[in-house]
Amino acid sequence: MDIRLSGVSHSYDDFEVLRDISLEIPSGRIVCIVGPSGCGKSTLLRFIGGLEQPSKGEVLQIGSPPADCLNPLTYIFQDFALLPWRSVRGNVSLVLEDHGIRGARAEAIITDVLTRTKLSDFANALPKQLSGGMKQRVAIARALAVNPAVMLMDEPLSALDSQTRELLMDDLISLWTRTPFTAVYVTHNLAEAVRLGHSIVVMSRRPGEIREVVHLDKPLDQRQYGDSDLEEQQKYLWQLMREEARAADAELVHV
Amino acid sequence: MDRSILLGPLLLRPLLLGPALIRPPLIRPPPARSHFRGGGFAPVAHRWIGAAVFVLLIALAEIGTRQGWITSLTLPRPSDVLETFGELYSSGLLWTHLSVSLMRLLVGAALGASFGVAVGVMIGLFSYVRAGLVPLTAALFPIPKIALLPLFVIWFGIDEGSKYALIAFGTFTPTVVATYGAVDNVDRSLIRMGQSFNLSWFSIVRKIVLPGAMPGILSGLRISLAIAIILLVAAEMLGAEHGIGAYILEAGSLYDLERLFAGVAILSLLGVGMSAVISLIERRLLNWRQ
Repeated sequence: MDIRLSGVSHSYDDFEVLRDISLEIPSGRIVCIVGPSGCGKSTLLRFIGGLEQPSKGEVLQIGSPPADCLNPLTYIFQDFALLPWRSVRGNVSLVLEDHGIRGARAEAIITDVLTRTKLSDFANALPKQLSGGMKQRVAIARALAVNPAVMLMDEPLSALDSQTRELLMDDLISLWTRTPFTAVYVTHNLAEAVRLGHSIVVMSRRPGEIREVVHLDKPLDQRQYGDSDLEEQQKYLWQLMREEARAADAELVHV
Repeated sequence: MDRSILLGPLLLRPLLLGPALIRPPLIRPPPARSHFRGGGFAPVAHRWIGAAVFVLLIALAEIGTRQGWITSLTLPRPSDVLETFGELYSSGLLWTHLSVSLMRLLVGAALGASFGVAVGVMIGLFSYVRAGLVPLTAALFPIPKIALLPLFVIWFGIDEGSKYALIAFGTFTPTVVATYGAVDNVDRSLIRMGQSFNLSWFSIVRKIVLPGAMPGILSGLRISLAIAIILLVAAEMLGAEHGIGAYILEAGSLYDLERLFAGVAILSLLGVGMSAVISLIERRLLNWRQ
């Protein structure tokens, strides 16, 4: 299933956030969206997943999601959004219960996704017992359980320390290599973008517009920490964003 | 050590002494252990201190009344109170009074708390209900419920009905306020997560909102139940044959301090017991908290 954004604009009252965004998210690819803070990249992600509605333009789904897909557009949040009163297993089963999947069928799915995210030994742990990286892996497991057509990732690694971030990036790459998934990955971290993105959408500061779309051809599993060509790309992206970021930083917060 | 403080006199020295510049030896203070200043402000459990305070006060009262510097008109002797309590127990009257009181407390508090939680959740979830009922709750909250007892007697009869109603009404308002506050404080990002996974409205309420509001509801219940005990005694003082409140009132009108204190002690124990039960529930239900 592909996603197409055509002419998406949005303003809160007379405060323009996004201006004329048109974008194609092809199936089986990871599209990273980078931009200075407040450029509306997270808002864009909420439009794609239907948590908010744009004031102009539309978000189209092209083609139908696979038959066994329970929740085509599935989010992974920056703050993990795990229910603290449910165990790891319970957090995954939460999203299955509403689809009437219980008992042995649910158990099979839960075992599968926990194995894929290397959490099998922690099925009965409560979120308070887990490290930040493990919490986010639980959230990834929960997202995988509904077999999404598109994963919408809102700064998924931003709440983690840099070592954990590296480990989780490796995990995401190996997950993608085994079964390619479609993802929109919003981040402000350019290193994440060049490691995970097949294409990188650079946005301008508010009102957010697309400045440039950079395509990276190097296969994900061949990208390593500190690769010189990736560093080059990262430098290029930073040079695109630098002035915007500086200007965005100097703006007053509009409440 | 700040270097500039040491350098200051050195720079001045040429002016004072002229060209004969002699560097004085640098005097370093001996190494000192850095002070620990991070203590306190973290509650530490000291179980026995609470009991020790009780024992100390009771021992003081006992010694005072025995030696005579506390007259028997001021305070009954604790051992006499205990004796009275023993008599009450052996005569079977304790159970007569306690059973009717507990029944009233249980029925009244259960009615008030369950209606309170239900209305509080409704206020938290529906903005029309909130707009309609929050001002009403604010108007009902400060009414001394005891003042309404005559009205309740007419509405619900002189028997148990009016007592249940009084206790229920008294526990209702604080429970409502605590509950809708708790529902308001449920993490919005969890609700958004539920929506993003297409959970039904009912599932979101049952699996996210209610468990998330549970800590607030339980701590509200603590206050509501204490109010219920106060109202129980008030209701029993205004027309009941049996019950702890009636027992205390009777003892008071006869100026029988031993029995009065025995009754009050029972109420205290009741309060401690209630609080312990809620703590137990909290430990069972809220073990997920940090």
